[in-house]
Amino acid sequence: MSTVTLTYREASRAGIRHALATDERVFLMGEDVGAYGGAFAVSMSLLEEFGPERVRNTPLSESAFVGAGIGAALNGMRPIVEVMTINFSLLALDQIVNNAATLRYMSGGQLSVPLVVRMATGAGRQLAAQHAHSLEVWYAHIPGVRALAPATPEDARGMLLAALDDPDPVFIFEHATLYPLEGELEETPHAVDIDHAAVRRGGDDVTLVTYGGSLGKCLQAAETLAADGIDAEVIDLRTLRPLDTETILASLAKTHRLVIVDEGWKTGSLAAEVSAQIMERGFDLLDWPVRRVCTAEVPIPYAKHLEEAALPSTERIVHAVKEMAF
Amino acid sequence: MSTEATAKATTLDRDHGLRLLREMLRIRRFEERAAEQYSLAKIRGFLHLYIGEEAVAVGVMQALTPNDAVVATYREHGHALARGLPASSLMAEMFGKASGCSRGRGGSMHFFDVSRRFYGGYAIVGGGLPIAVGLALADAMQGRRRVSACFFGEGAVAEGEFHESLNLAALWKLPVLFLCENNLYAMGTPIVQELAVTDIAARARSYGIPAHAVDGMDVLEVEAAARRAADEVRETGEPRFLELRTYRFRAHSMADPDLYRTKEEIERWKRRDPIVLFEERLRAAELISDGDLEELEAAVAAELDEAIAFADAAPIEPVEDLLKDVTTPRSP
Repeated sequence: MSTVTLTYREASRAGIRHALATDERVFLMGEDVGAYGGAFAVSMSLLEEFGPERVRNTPLSESAFVGAGIGAALNGMRPIVEVMTINFSLLALDQIVNNAATLRYMSGGQLSVPLVVRMATGAGRQLAAQHAHSLEVWYAHIPGVRALAPATPEDARGMLLAALDDPDPVFIFEHATLYPLEGELEETPHAVDIDHAAVRRGGDDVTLVTYGGSLGKCLQAAETLAADGIDAEVIDLRTLRPLDTETILASLAKTHRLVIVDEGWKTGSLAAEVSAQIMERGFDLLDWPVRRVCTAEVPIPYAKHLEEAALPSTERIVHAVKEMAF
Repeated sequence: MSTEATAKATTLDRDHGLRLLREMLRIRRFEERAAEQYSLAKIRGFLHLYIGEEAVAVGVMQALTPNDAVVATYREHGHALARGLPASSLMAEMFGKASGCSRGRGGSMHFFDVSRRFYGGYAIVGGGLPIAVGLALADAMQGRRRVSACFFGEGAVAEGEFHESLNLAALWKLPVLFLCENNLYAMGTPIVQELAVTDIAARARSYGIPAHAVDGMDVLEVEAAARRAADEVRETGEPRFLELRTYRFRAHSMADPDLYRTKEEIERWKRRDPIVLFEERLRAAELISDGDLEELEAAVAAELDEAIAFADAAPIEPVEDLLKDVTTPRSP
């Protein structure tokens, strides 16, 4: 099996390119996805390859172009809609929550909305409080949609392809700090599983559950802990809705300790949902109360030291684990 | 009422006249029966009646083919009936039955019928416009010459989605027929309190979309304007816009005590009842007789009796199916 080394950005682009090349129903639309190459340079060169019909620059009208994606999906197309950041996606929430998520159910199963929406999420780039929030949990709250958080280049490419095969709306949250991350991928693009979490590092003493931009921090924390003789298992949720609780429960049967690391705010977070599901289904497996490492409850600040202090860090993860008795 | 539409009415013959009259009458009587069933608590939730606005849906629908798409609002019973959805499936839907056009999941505000390309009643004001733009985008990209007809009220003109959608449809040259049903009230707020510029067609023109205001109480004028606009959409692949000036004779919904309009205003508009006006016209042209009217009324009453009996007898969806169709089941 031959492999290639790609950045997360290149991998995401490779997924889009593969879809455009192999399925004429697929098109990309969003703000500055054309000549500019996308706000995060994901769609660079795709306009030259596929032309302005299939790589469509949109006006700054999030509600209209996300809604148009829904309409096009209802009418035989497979749109990939890029919204610059999750903060901007709030301008399209009416279309997402009231239309995309409801149409199959409300029409008694007559309508299908095979729509893929990608957006950047997360902090760490000093972009302050209107470009850097982690609101994935809001989408994970909504019945009728699937929410994905690729944390690796392989997932950035393969989840996009899997999302396009899904007959229902899929939201892909790409953490903005991951775009330069390199990884080795199989040369031929293919869809990946989007139903299950992945164990990214095996371990017996404690389970770290995370997703997206926090995976690297957890793996680093696991190395630090290993030096102190604590063997951490790291689970990447990958799919935020529907949650794969089974994989977490299987891990807790070994480790009996759970720390959830989530860049969202702690109140009403995805970490809260994981914790609640474990209380309901795995309480007896636990030797220690569940711990959560989340973002401080502030709008993300601009100043570097404040932003760093607000976000989950390797140190805070290590600290949360070490508070537990082993 | 002054209008800008210049299209000639289609030749009015007896068959066509009877057809238009029957369709408007079906809507009027359907709505009256729906209100009755609401009072009997057979229908619950919100119920928004289309009485007074029948000429709009019926006139416009003459211009559409089965291949065209329709996007409507929460006041969509008239559009659904005129589009050919059976009265029985609509009544069953409002009764919350599994035989309803949306399996009882939508109710009065959310009728769907994919087989008739009726893409739904949308209850968020302005929310259907981007959907229609997307339906048209798919047609344009796949080289199909079809019209996506999008109904909305003048209240939607104050929403951002109206402006975003008109701009996008004009910018990308998409085959959307925008149909603004201007009934002068956004729920209880009169147009002069909601829009700084009340000439709605002018606002559409400001996006480069050819637009006309039409007397929405005159079914022939609506039909003529809609035929011309739909033909232009089909020929050019570009959007057109009609402002249909109309009035609802009943309150906003069954929950509305209608305190914001004067009786005089309502009575003034009722003198322009689209059904009465058209009936008088057909009589004046000696195209129909008293006997025709009696026959029409009897046929409509029989159809609606059947619809109600059907809805009454229809099965409910089993509670075991509560979670069905939230998403598509995945093979393991």
